[in-house]
Amino acid sequence: MSPAPSPTTDTVLEVSGLNVSFPSSDGAVRAVRGVDYALRRGEILGIVGESGSGKSVTSMAVMGLLPNTAQITGSITFDGQDLLTLSEQQLNGIRGDRIAMIFQDPMTSLNPVYTVGAQIAEAVRAHRDVTKAQALERAVELLRTVRIPNPEQRVSSYPHELSGGMRQRVVIAIAMANDPDVIIADEPTTALDVTVQAQILDALKAAQQETGAAMVLITHDLGVIAGQADRVMVMYAGKLVEVGSVEDIFYTPRMPYTLGLLGSLPRLDQQSERLTPIPGSPPSVVNMPPGCPFSPRCPLSTPECDDTEPVLESVGTDHRAACHHSSEVSGARPDEVFDTATVDADALGEFVQAAEGQA
Amino acid sequence: MSTTTGPTAAGTRTLLSARNLVKHFPVRGGGLLRRTVGEVHAVCDVSFELAEGETLGLVGESGCGKSTTARVALNLIPATSGEVRFGDRELTSTSAKDMRALRREMQLVFQDPYASLDPRMPVSELIAEPLRIHGLYDAGGRQQVRDLMKTVGLKPEHGNRYPHEFSGGQRQRIGIARALALRPKLLVLDEPVSALDVSIQAGVLNLLQELQAELGLSYLFVSHDLSVVRHIADRIAVMYLGKIVETGPAEQLFNAPAHPYTHALISAIPLPDPRRERARERITVVGDLPSPANPPSGCRFRTRCPKFAAELSASQQSRCTDEEPELSDRGTGHPVACHFAEARSLL
Repeated sequence: MSPAPSPTTDTVLEVSGLNVSFPSSDGAVRAVRGVDYALRRGEILGIVGESGSGKSVTSMAVMGLLPNTAQITGSITFDGQDLLTLSEQQLNGIRGDRIAMIFQDPMTSLNPVYTVGAQIAEAVRAHRDVTKAQALERAVELLRTVRIPNPEQRVSSYPHELSGGMRQRVVIAIAMANDPDVIIADEPTTALDVTVQAQILDALKAAQQETGAAMVLITHDLGVIAGQADRVMVMYAGKLVEVGSVEDIFYTPRMPYTLGLLGSLPRLDQQSERLTPIPGSPPSVVNMPPGCPFSPRCPLSTPECDDTEPVLESVGTDHRAACHHSSEVSGARPDEVFDTATVDADALGEFVQAAEGQA
Repeated sequence: MSTTTGPTAAGTRTLLSARNLVKHFPVRGGGLLRRTVGEVHAVCDVSFELAEGETLGLVGESGCGKSTTARVALNLIPATSGEVRFGDRELTSTSAKDMRALRREMQLVFQDPYASLDPRMPVSELIAEPLRIHGLYDAGGRQQVRDLMKTVGLKPEHGNRYPHEFSGGQRQRIGIARALALRPKLLVLDEPVSALDVSIQAGVLNLLQELQAELGLSYLFVSHDLSVVRHIADRIAVMYLGKIVETGPAEQLFNAPAHPYTHALISAIPLPDPRRERARERITVVGDLPSPANPPSGCRFRTRCPKFAAELSASQQSRCTDEEPELSDRGTGHPVACHFAEARSLL
């Protein structure tokens, strides 16, 4: 387990008051609502949340990769400058050099008509004044770091000649090519089988240690977060609802949503009779009502929750949660807060009777 | 070789049994004649049994043949060879016409609830469709559809809505209601929760468990997710490259797995528990899945097997290369297809 960075460690990237909305015919889609966080040098910051929670949009905003229709407010400070105020050209000097990104699908992030060596060399030469031969040499070295066997030969392979896992290693090699300060990995293992996922997580760790970069690891897989992250941010409906060390989040969650997520997970290491699902489904982020977005699904909800949206408040050392009832969540087991029953027994009985009557 | 996935729970009757199932798909060349240039061995000599009221989990990574096995077992695609018995019927020799009546008793739930529902049919019609096809709708079908919707956790008053108006979890519930409409004995669930977010997935898994308890259904549960399978299955069969490599009761398979591939699978799955996850012993496999058109000789897993690479002597290795390991109990309490099977504790 890597040691948690001390609070004095300096911040490499600071996001504050980030709001992202997209216009739609039904009104503004508020994908990200007031996200603040500071990424510390060398740490792995996990972002978890379900589809549509805004975890990817948050990172795309950092990279300046959102479409022009996106309305972005707030600030993203990297190396003393606000990335949101930079021109495309200035951003190009930073992206791929100081901040790198790894996407979910390696087939779409690699160019099918160039060899992987040429693509890694391109990333190197875009930011460094080196010859092609030197860049290719660096490519071989990078492929070795991400543990691709026979890197001297593989460097002249095309993406289609490689398996999904190998391709993702190439993407990681490109990301680390210029010793970035920040690597943003968006669901880097989601498209892969578990045994390959384990290999890729190793390669990511190697890349992070080699470059000393801070990493933002976005995933829906709580297991991956448990194994990799130093700190965790939980997102729901475009907001951070809980932020803390990986141990805080997994052992003493203070937001009912986090607790519900943990209770929903079938566990490999223990046999459980029933899971405790979170009822309902995530809200639409168009025309959101006031109050806590989780309130309609929350067993602890009170009228206060529907009136005022809770803000992130400190609930412990370096641990913040956005919940009016965070003290009630403290120490609770998922099955003490959430209900397990799902079948309407009466309806089932009637259905069985009717069907038997027929037979 | 006729080892099955072992005896089902005592006192229960076998509902579905597959013996020596084989499915080869032709690989065609790119030329004008599209001649067959090879065969993909998707399922190779797979046998299993499923008892009434039981859940058998079929797990493995992409391309291991788990979905094909399920489809061949339902006779949805014809087997190259082998037999499938459903109750007292032999399915592989049953005509398409006779299969139709039998299909009432075996239903399939697909992974993608977006693709498996006709977007132009309202939900009540989608659920009524199986009843209509089998001529059962006129006798109280309307009420049955309402009861089914309530049973799976949907509001009957939403019956005239269309699939796109529902969330992924709700659509999967529609799929389950459709599958239940004919009161089947067997549900084949092919990655039924893989497309869903965890908080939604848990609700669908609970629903499946409760339906099974109430209706006495048998489940053939196909999934790549070992955590889900451990949660829901009574017995588990692990597949690799078209073969079952290890099978046994869920508890035993997770507490004392004996095949190196099962070891690697279990150890690769991250536990949502930071202290335990970071303290675990890792068994990593190298490389990627070999082509199922040209599987390795002897043991199919040897090219990636950590045991083969690190622990075995040259003479032991040659046994793996030359002799295909049979799926049998080698003193580990359940059948394993490995010459050097050894139960280990990994969790």
